[in-house]
Amino acid sequence: MADTVQTWGSTVPEKAVAKPNKMQKFLRQRSTIAFLMCLPLILIIVCLVIYPAFYSIYLSMLNKAQTRFIGLGNFTFLMSRDTFWQVVAQSTIFALSAVFFKALIGLVTAHLVNNLPAKGQRKWRGMLLVPWVIPLALSTLGWWWMFDPTNSAFNYTLRSLGFDGIPWLSDPYWARFSVILVNVWYGAPFFLIMYLAALKSVPEQLYEAASIDGASAWQKFIHITLPMMRNIIAITVLFSLIVTFANFDIVQIMTAGGPRNMTHMFATYAFLLGIRSGDLPLGAATSLFMFPILAVAAIFILRGVRKRGREIG
Amino acid sequence: MSSLSRRSVLKSAALGSAAAVASPYVSGTYAAGTLTLGCWDHWVPGANKALDKLAKDWGDKNKVDVHIDYITSQGEKDKLTAAAEAQAGTGHDIMSHRDWNIRIHQDKLEPLDDLVNGLIKQYGPISPVAEYLAKIKGTWRGVPTTVGSQVKPCCSRFDLYKEHAGLDLRDMFPADASKWDKAKVDSWTWEAYVTSAQKLHKAGFPIGNPLGQTSDAVDWVGGLFNAYGVVMVDEKDNIKINSNETRQAMEIAKKIAEVMPPDVFAWDDAGNNRWLISGKGAGIMNPPSAWAVAKRDNPKVAENCWTHPVPRGPKGRFVGQLPQFYGVWQFSKNKQAAKDFLTYISQKESVGSLVEASVGYDLPSFKSMYDFKTWNEVEPPKGTVYGYPPRGDEQTSITGAPARSEVGAQIYNQAINTVMVSKFTQGKEKLDDVIKWAEKELEGTLRA
Repeated sequence: MADTVQTWGSTVPEKAVAKPNKMQKFLRQRSTIAFLMCLPLILIIVCLVIYPAFYSIYLSMLNKAQTRFIGLGNFTFLMSRDTFWQVVAQSTIFALSAVFFKALIGLVTAHLVNNLPAKGQRKWRGMLLVPWVIPLALSTLGWWWMFDPTNSAFNYTLRSLGFDGIPWLSDPYWARFSVILVNVWYGAPFFLIMYLAALKSVPEQLYEAASIDGASAWQKFIHITLPMMRNIIAITVLFSLIVTFANFDIVQIMTAGGPRNMTHMFATYAFLLGIRSGDLPLGAATSLFMFPILAVAAIFILRGVRKRGREIG
Repeated sequence: MSSLSRRSVLKSAALGSAAAVASPYVSGTYAAGTLTLGCWDHWVPGANKALDKLAKDWGDKNKVDVHIDYITSQGEKDKLTAAAEAQAGTGHDIMSHRDWNIRIHQDKLEPLDDLVNGLIKQYGPISPVAEYLAKIKGTWRGVPTTVGSQVKPCCSRFDLYKEHAGLDLRDMFPADASKWDKAKVDSWTWEAYVTSAQKLHKAGFPIGNPLGQTSDAVDWVGGLFNAYGVVMVDEKDNIKINSNETRQAMEIAKKIAEVMPPDVFAWDDAGNNRWLISGKGAGIMNPPSAWAVAKRDNPKVAENCWTHPVPRGPKGRFVGQLPQFYGVWQFSKNKQAAKDFLTYISQKESVGSLVEASVGYDLPSFKSMYDFKTWNEVEPPKGTVYGYPPRGDEQTSITGAPARSEVGAQIYNQAINTVMVSKFTQGKEKLDDVIKWAEKELEGTLRA
C-alpha cells in the first residue's frame, strides 16, 4: 500500500548511530562471541563430564554408607582383593589386544580404501563405517544372538558344515575372545577413517620422489607413510585405549563378566560393586583405578605429539 | 470461577470422611494431589494393567492423581533409576525395589512399621526372606509387593520324567496338597534329583539350571547349599564356608553340572526358560514364566509342564525366593498418600487381582494368601502351577542369609556360590582351592 511507504537514510536520527557503549563493545569482540557460542558446549561438559568426574573422585573416598571420609581406603581395599587384580589383568589384556587389532585393521583397510579408484571409494568408506555408526548396545545384542550359548547362529553354520560348535560365551577363554572380537569390529572403522584422513594429507610429491629414487612400496610405507602418520597414530591409540579400558556395553550385554568373573572389565566390575551390591564408593574407586595410569600415558603420548609437531613446524 | 467458602470446604470434608468410613478400605489420608510410582515392568503381558486399575480405583476414590512409570529390570534399569533418585534426593514418591535394594537405600527410605505390622496382624506371618531383606535394625523400610515377587521351584516335563526317569511327578505332587503322600514327597531328594537328571541326560533331555552369575543361578545353588546346611557367613560375621556341608553340597552340584548342557555357564535368567521352551530340556527351576511363554510359543511343551517343590536335603527343602518391595522415599512429597496406597494394594482382594493378572507368577509374601484359585485353575494342564507357592515342607531361602544383610547383599550379587560351583566343575579346580578362594572373597564382603 502506497501510504505505508517510508523513506530511510538521511532521516535516521543521529542518536541511532551513536557510539556503542561498553557492553556493546564487549559483546562485539570476536573472543566474546566465540565464548558465547561455545558456552552451551562448555556447560554440557561441566555438567556431564567435569562435575561427575570430581564427584566420583569424592565418592571414591567415602565409606560404604557415604557418611565418612576414608581417604584412599577403598583403593587399598581393592588392591588386597584377588578378584580385583584379575579384573585389572583382564582389562589390560582386553584393551591392549583390542586396540592393537583395531589399529592394525584400520591401517590395512585405510590403505586398501585409499588405493581404490576415487569413483567407488565413497561407497566403500560408507559401508566400512557402518559398525561404528550403529548404536553399540544394539549391535552387541546382534552379536550376542550370533554367539548365543545354546542357539548360536555361528555354531549352526559350523555344525551344518560338519564341524563342532564352539562354546563362544560359556568357555571363559572363548568368551574373552568374543568380547574382544566385537570391540575390534566396532572400533576398527574409527581407526580406518582417521588413518584414511592422515593418508590423504601425505603430500604426493614425497611418494613421487621416493619412486624416482627406486624405493619399494614397503620402503615408502616405512619411511614416508608411517612417519607422516605418527601423530595421528599416537592420538588415535591413546583415545582408543582410554575408551576401550572404560568399555562397558559389550561385556555387560554379552557375558556380564562371566563365566567365573573371567571377562569382567573395570566398568562392569564397578557396576557389580557399586550398583548391584550397593557399595557406590567402592564402585567409584574401581572405575577410577586406571585414571592415574592413563593420565600419565596421555601426558607422555601428547608430549611426543607436540614434540613431533614442533619438528615438522 | 467458583469461590471456595469455609462452609463448602467443611461440607466436602464431611462428605469425604463419610465416604471413606463407608468404604471397606479406610483411608487415613488427607491426601490429594499427585502420587508417583516407579514400578517394575512385568514380564507377563498385560500384568501391569491390574496395577493400573488398582491405582485408578484408589486414585478416584481418594482424589489423588496416581501416575505409574514402569521401569524394566532389563539391564538393571530399575536399580539404576533407584540409585539415581537416591543420590539426587528427588524422583518418584514410591519406588519398587528388587531383592537387596531396600537394604542398599535404607537410609533414604521412610519407616513403614505401621503399615507392615498392620498387614502381619491382618494376614499372619510374613515370609522370613522378606523380613530379612526389608526389616533393617528392627524397622521395616519396605513393604513386600505381590508384583514380581517369586520363588523358583522345579518346573519339569512330567512326560519325560515318567518315560525316562520312572518318576510320576503328578502323582508325587498332585494339585491338592492334602493328597500329597509323605513317603513320596520325602523321596524327592537331591540324590533322587541327580539320579533322575542322569537318566534324562542319557535319554537326550538334560535338565538345565544356569551356572552363570545371575539370580536364577544364585537362587537354585543357594537352595541346594541350604538343603545341605551350608553357611557361608553367619550372623556374627564368622566365615563358615570351609565345612563338610559345603563339600557335600559341592559334590552334588558337580554331579548335576556334569549332566547339564555345557552352555549353562553362560546362561542368563532367560537361558533356562529358552531351554525348557525349546523342548530339549526336561526341567528347570523357575517361576511359571517359562511355562507361560511355552503356552504361547510351544504349547506341546506347556501341556507337559508341572511345577512342584525343589528336592530335599539333609537340612530340609529350600526354595530360592526373590521378593520385591515398595519403598517410600524420605523425600517423597506425598508420604501419607503413598502409605495409604500401599496399604490398599496389599489387601487380599487387591493381591488376588494381581495374582490373576500375572497368571500366578506373582507371589504374595503371606502364606495365608496362597489359596487363590488362580494357582488351581490355570492350564494346560489344569493344576500345573499349583505347586508354585511353597507348600508342604518347602521353606523359602535366599543366598547370603543368615549373614548381616550388608554382607548377604554382596555374597548374593557377586554370585560367590555359583562361581564356586563353576570353578569346581567347569574350571576343574580342586575343591580345597575353591573353598580357599571363597573364604577370601567372603572376607572381602565383611569390610566395614
